Amino acid sequence: MTNRKLARGVALIGAGMSKFGAFKGKNSRDLFVEAYEEMLQSVDKGFNPADIEMLMVGNYSSDLFEGQGHVAPIMASWVGLSPRAAVRVEDACASAGVALRQGILAIASGLYDIVMVGAVEKMTDLATEKVTDTLATAADATFEIPAGFTFPGFYAAMATAYMHQYGATPETFMQVGIKNHENGSLNEKAQFGAKISTIMEGRRASAAKKGLPIPEWDSELEFLHDDKANPIIAWPMRLYDCSPVSDGAAAVLLVSEELAKKYTDHPIYIVGSGQASDGALHDRDTLTAIPSASEAARQAYEMAGITADDIDLAEVHDCFTVAEVIATEDLGFFKRGEGWKAAEAGETARNGKKPINLSGGLKSKGHPVGASGVGQVVEVWKQLRGQAGPRQIERELQYGLTHNVGGTGQTCVVHIFERRD
Amino acid sequence: MDNQFTSSAYFQFINEKKLMGSRDVHTNEMFLPPRPVNPKTFGTDMEWVEFSGEGTLAAYTIVYIAPTAMIAAGFDRKNPYCAGIVKTKEGPMISAQILGVDVAHPESIQIGMPLQVSYLTRGEGEAQRVFLAFEPKA
Repeated sequence: MTNRKLARGVALIGAGMSKFGAFKGKNSRDLFVEAYEEMLQSVDKGFNPADIEMLMVGNYSSDLFEGQGHVAPIMASWVGLSPRAAVRVEDACASAGVALRQGILAIASGLYDIVMVGAVEKMTDLATEKVTDTLATAADATFEIPAGFTFPGFYAAMATAYMHQYGATPETFMQVGIKNHENGSLNEKAQFGAKISTIMEGRRASAAKKGLPIPEWDSELEFLHDDKANPIIAWPMRLYDCSPVSDGAAAVLLVSEELAKKYTDHPIYIVGSGQASDGALHDRDTLTAIPSASEAARQAYEMAGITADDIDLAEVHDCFTVAEVIATEDLGFFKRGEGWKAAEAGETARNGKKPINLSGGLKSKGHPVGASGVGQVVEVWKQLRGQAGPRQIERELQYGLTHNVGGTGQTCVVHIFERRD
Repeated sequence: MDNQFTSSAYFQFINEKKLMGSRDVHTNEMFLPPRPVNPKTFGTDMEWVEFSGEGTLAAYTIVYIAPTAMIAAGFDRKNPYCAGIVKTKEGPMISAQILGVDVAHPESIQIGMPLQVSYLTRGEGEAQRVFLAFEPKA
């Protein structure tokens, strides 16, 4: 397929997010307002919200999670944006990334100059099995779900195929979880912002307090092999291989490129955008890659005029640890079958040559599914502007990338961001 | 165009314990579940074709945290099950429960192992339904 350029440039002038976590007593609109307020405060030269011309809302399933459909106008109303057009975008866990893309296209079309892209999901009101059922509606309910597949199950099946083809082991994936928890321990917005070693110490302290036998784990890997501490969800994916059930919201402000400097001396330019779709997992030529991710990345790199080697940092869709390994190959950071070796060698760590998920990723930061894609953008915005606080990486940064997957890759959307000063 | 390659037609065959897909009469490519449109050529001249029911295991998992439908079928953390993707002899891959494997020892389950079709009946009365499954080839 041929690629096309945007009809005009689009820049990011503000970004914010709520804390991700389980928040009893806070619904979607409450979380949305928190993200909105932080987004407004982040605009360097100030911003009048009355200048927003339309609202895109990424949301997967408020209908099933909260019994509330038609959320876009509600969010618009709650932050005072009625009667501006408000559009909900749903592509499963890629809803937010696709909402961002729709906001970009709305500006590139010339119809609007200033668009807010918000994204929100409130998941924790439902019992675990109902959450599992709701997430499963992102798969093919007719031909995949009757086989007994769950989302952890799909990614676990990809993991068995990947291990068989390339020689990775369950420990490979555990290393990804350890790394993302380390990154998340530096993120005050993270749902599980603690290192695995800290979680181990907490378990020991809790056992001691209750007068129970104190568990002996020699290492984080030993803890992660313990069926009690880290139960199997869908073999070989265990609890600490899976992103959590989360509540959260994130929001960004997009403007046409020529307006950007009015609001900030340090806008972040959106230089690449790509999106692709696919059928059921069993309907693909490969189970060890996500073809829609490679295609979305190809489009985004081509639009940006750069290659994978130019990317300084990336937030990738680690809904399960195996997904991060596969993503780093789909995005071209590592060759096929080499991603797991790079992960084990620390190449994707904070100080590695290709830092992945500095925010802690979905694994540690949390995964409010329809909000995650914009949450990723918030991290790239902060890192590229040198505002990531304790987790800021100290190196010259130019290009950041976000990779947001819906389902098992029925949707994938990739964006590339540039700092130009 | 009257589309006869519907999901319900497919599941009616499954109820009769027949594994039926579609075949493009021009290219001979086979599809399971049946597709009304060949995604490579956009061709729509399809006919029903019965699959042999033979295949190999392409990917699998042992599900411990089950969805409600599988909980209703008696599965849970203490009684996990194997879900897999099977590559049929004819080419297409399909999702199915995998029976007759040692779920307590997932490493013993081999990708590439030969499988044959099997069928599961679940539910009572009107809700009774036959599900596609596979098991190791005898």
